[in-house]
Amino acid sequence: MARALINVPAKAKKGEIIEIKTMLSHPMETGFRPSDDGKLVPRNIIKRFVCTYDGEAVFSADLFPAISANPFLSFTLVATNSGVITFSWTDDNGQTQVQTAKIEVA
Amino acid sequence: MILRALWILPACAMLLAVAIAHAEIPAQERKSGAEFMSPQTQAMQADDASNPGMLAVLDGEAAWNEKAGAANKACADCHGAAEQSMKGVSARYPAFNAATSQPIDVAGQVNQCRAERQQAQPLRAESRELLALTTYIGLQSRGMPVAPPDDERLTPFRERGKALFNQRLGQLNFSCAHCHEDNWGRKLGSAPIPQAHANAYPIYRLEWQDVGSLQRRLRNCMSGVRAAPYSYGSLEFIELELFLAERARGMAVETPGVRP
Ligand code: HEC
Ligand code: HEC
Repeated sequence: MARALINVPAKAKKGEIIEIKTMLSHPMETGFRPSDDGKLVPRNIIKRFVCTYDGEAVFSADLFPAISANPFLSFTLVATNSGVITFSWTDDNGQTQVQTAKIEVA
Repeated sequence: MILRALWILPACAMLLAVAIAHAEIPAQERKSGAEFMSPQTQAMQADDASNPGMLAVLDGEAAWNEKAGAANKACADCHGAAEQSMKGVSARYPAFNAATSQPIDVAGQVNQCRAERQQAQPLRAESRELLALTTYIGLQSRGMPVAPPDDERLTPFRERGKALFNQRLGQLNFSCAHCHEDNWGRKLGSAPIPQAHANAYPIYRLEWQDVGSLQRRLRNCMSGVRAAPYSYGSLEFIELELFLAERARGMAVETPGVRP
């Protein structure tokens, strides 16, 4: 499984704006790069990223071939209640990687 | 590719500007390569949540704990927690290897343990797993001063590394010192010329979109002056690494560095 770095504050106050940082280990193959044998490496990029907060989608992004390897996405959320934040990345091969983080809101 | 072409013009101009003897960089003027980067790239290196080299660290931690080879042993089975056993190791390597009577760098030592202690296939140079392990080991020295050992068996090798550093190379006929001692702080195309300190390796290089070793960086410099690069793991590279470590003595280890 590919690795992901996720930064979510463990605790927040209700109504606080929190910064989320995510980075997924992924080559983001453009489909234009030849390998050592001269053949093109098939395109394989992350196409879609979705973040849900207690089951509700709160942030999503479509990604395209010019985006670097190991895509880094940072965004903000309003801390509304304690719960689970889920991150999912889906690539060209239809594989989805899911990671979760817990947040405690007081 | 574009970068390589861009090297030629300023390189020709520099030919006229370079002095014959190289001025070694005084201790108080030494600067890490990070200081030549944009504030954005510096921030990327400084924050573990945005430093892509940390992904290699996670891979390295997993590899450290994975059993391998006929011995069916993990690095952790012999070395325990890397936070203790590997603390300071990268800061003092390359070291003298008594078994081969030659200096060895961290990657070489990892592969020696792979082959002899785990009885497994050595890891390929620049392979994901080898870089993951060397980056993970390097992180355990982060913040510590570069401290090459006072081992006189290393001296002749280090001296040869110094000679290689000052030797003209390639079709453009530059030595490492021409760029990194006489012209650091100036620009080559759009790239600032750093002082060539090796205190942040392995690095995540944005141009590579990946982590890479010091030797990969040095191979880039060599092909930049159109010299045939030494091969990975060659004695020449280890000798250069020894000299670079001495030149960076006392500077803080930054592994994993980020470079443009
Ligand atoms: C023509 C000039 C030139 C020559 C000759 C040259 N380099 Fe470099 N070197 C550079 C530039 C420019 C960079 C910065 C890379 C970039 O940003 O593209 C660099 C980067 C480096 C770095 C990385 C420093 C860091 O902070 O990451 C090291 C180490 C290094 N060179 C060592 C060497 C050695 C050893 C040699 C001789 C074998 C050499 N260089 C020859 C121009 C040169
Ligand atoms: C069966 C036990 C064993 C295993 C497994 C093993 N090592 Fe070692 N390792 C040693 C011993 C013993 C030494 C010191 C003697 C020597 O030079 O070989 C050593 C030395 C080292 C050193 C140098 C430490 C220093 O202070 O100079 C490094 C780095 C290292 N090992 C990394 C690794 C890594 C990475 C792995 C897994 C891929 C690994 N080792 C697996 C036994 C082991």
